[in-house]
Amino acid sequence: MESNKDSMIDKAEARDSSNDVDVRLLDTILASKSLKDDKGLETGAHSLRKNGLSVELKSTPNVRIEKKEDHPGIDVFVRDDTPLEFVHVPVIITKGGFDDVVYNDFHIGRNAHAIIVAGCGIHNDDACNAQHDGIHRFFLDEGADVQYVENHYGEGEGSGERILNPETDVHLGKGAVLRMEMVQIKGVDSTVRTTNAELDDNATLLVTEKIMTSQKQSAKTIFNVKLNGKDSKCQVTSRSYAIDDSSQKFISNIEGNAKCFAHVECDAIIRDHGKVTSEPAITANDVDANMIHEAQIGKIAGEQLVKLMTLGLSEKEAEKEIINGFLA
Amino acid sequence: MIELKDIAITKGGRQILHDINLRIPDNEFVAITGPNGSGKSTLAKIMMGIEKPDSGMILMDGKDITDLTIPQRAAQGIAFAFQAPVSFKGITVRRLMELASKKELSKSEVCNYLSKVGLCANNYLSREVNSSLSGGELKRIEIASVLARHASVSIFDEPEAGIDLWSFKNLIDVFGELRAECNGSIVVISHQERILNIADRVVLLEDGTIKDVIKQGEKYSLFTDQIRCCKC
Ligand SMILES: Nc1ncnc2c1ncn2[C@@H]1O[C@H](COP(=O)(O)OP(=O)(O)O)[C@@H](O)[C@H]1O
Ligand SMILES: [Mg+2]
Repeated sequence: MESNKDSMIDKAEARDSSNDVDVRLLDTILASKSLKDDKGLETGAHSLRKNGLSVELKSTPNVRIEKKEDHPGIDVFVRDDTPLEFVHVPVIITKGGFDDVVYNDFHIGRNAHAIIVAGCGIHNDDACNAQHDGIHRFFLDEGADVQYVENHYGEGEGSGERILNPETDVHLGKGAVLRMEMVQIKGVDSTVRTTNAELDDNATLLVTEKIMTSQKQSAKTIFNVKLNGKDSKCQVTSRSYAIDDSSQKFISNIEGNAKCFAHVECDAIIRDHGKVTSEPAITANDVDANMIHEAQIGKIAGEQLVKLMTLGLSEKEAEKEIINGFLA
Repeated sequence: MIELKDIAITKGGRQILHDINLRIPDNEFVAITGPNGSGKSTLAKIMMGIEKPDSGMILMDGKDITDLTIPQRAAQGIAFAFQAPVSFKGITVRRLMELASKKELSKSEVCNYLSKVGLCANNYLSREVNSSLSGGELKRIEIASVLARHASVSIFDEPEAGIDLWSFKNLIDVFGELRAECNGSIVVISHQERILNIADRVVLLEDGTIKDVIKQGEKYSLFTDQIRCCKC
């Protein structure tokens, strides 16, 4: 095997900046309102995967990205004390007939600070399914601070389904902070998202997920969090919007094994025949564990529509405004 | 000018308003007062189109608006501040103010509206109008959203609730400014004597009927013989 990294990159499916599909998928999954200073893919460390192949890899002095030798996927190493670096790891699929399983590991050094922008965009005009299952593992050393942003997006006219089943394992060292923002607004037919986390002393995990499903789509998210460390904290905020005949299920399983704090909040708006299930479980195994769960499912509140209508919005406009805000 | 003619409404088998006749000319400040449950909020909601009367007519500048929807009435220049403000997950104070004024607002424009209700824009601009705000804060934002409408008929349902004394004086100035600027009518539902004192007219509602109308300057003893027992 060649040791030259560049030769490990497959040019067969290279990114095509003149191709609308490539550009739109990347723009959609890399756009995030919370990332004001993000300069995108062109600068900084990144890895791009397209149609099951690794097509771009770029490291920087503080961020080393390496292709895995045993599995498809990458290892990302962020050096100790890195001040702040963006790392982009998007995946795009532009045709059907794929069942892509990828293993990405993020090793974040002590007191390093990174913003990782991930996501998967699928364009499927074919009759066969396009599937991407990302298996991500995060290892944050003591004092590391990471923001992880993931957008999922699907499009295309084909009868083939667009399927995403991400699995995320999180290990937070002492005082480490991980903020995860996960968004799936459009076009994914079926998704099962599993996040497992364990937290050491003083570690903090903040998760926000926003999911919209329509037509016959289904989405299921599962959070298994173990608060093992003293003064560890976990906040999970889930917002879902289910319309047409779509369905969503939110399952959380938070264990407080020490003096810790957990707050799980699940809000869902349903319309048409949309269905949402919220299955919370909080377990306190320590007398100093403080755990809260809140869940709310229902139609848009009538009084919210009325208030916006008194400002001059039509009922449709009011509904759109409320949903935009809810999923913003 | 807004005019109510023979307005009546029944809810849950009980008549809430009986033949209400009230005409509020441009530039007039009318206060509506009366015991809890006398029908004040219902009357205000009928003006905004939130409740539909069983009979009677509502005219705006002589035009029949009885069958207009809420947004159509908003377009006619009617604005309403709710007694119990509505909260929204995900809609920021700035966004709400922009929706109310129908345009993008600079920070200083939002600040201008918020300072009138005693809030400092820096702390609130990007806050969501959700239940993390206190009742008093939500109430002030609700009032500010009506100020941003620059409507020709502005209705405030018990605006004083949750407002501290310092801001309360500002609030009274705000009504004065609003009147000067829009040449509009202002309808304030209130129990506060200081508000009743600055009104051109005070309408006393009791059991769904107008018991009395007192003009500015007239001596009134609204609260002396109001202690009534319930008619069980
Ligand atoms: N949906 C309803 N069904 C029956 N009674 C109602 C309904 N809504 C309001 N009411 C009654 O109408 C009366 C007037 O209410 P409201 O206009 O809110 O009074 P006010 O604002 O003067 O306190 C109250 O007695 C209230 O209980
Ligand atoms: Mg009332």
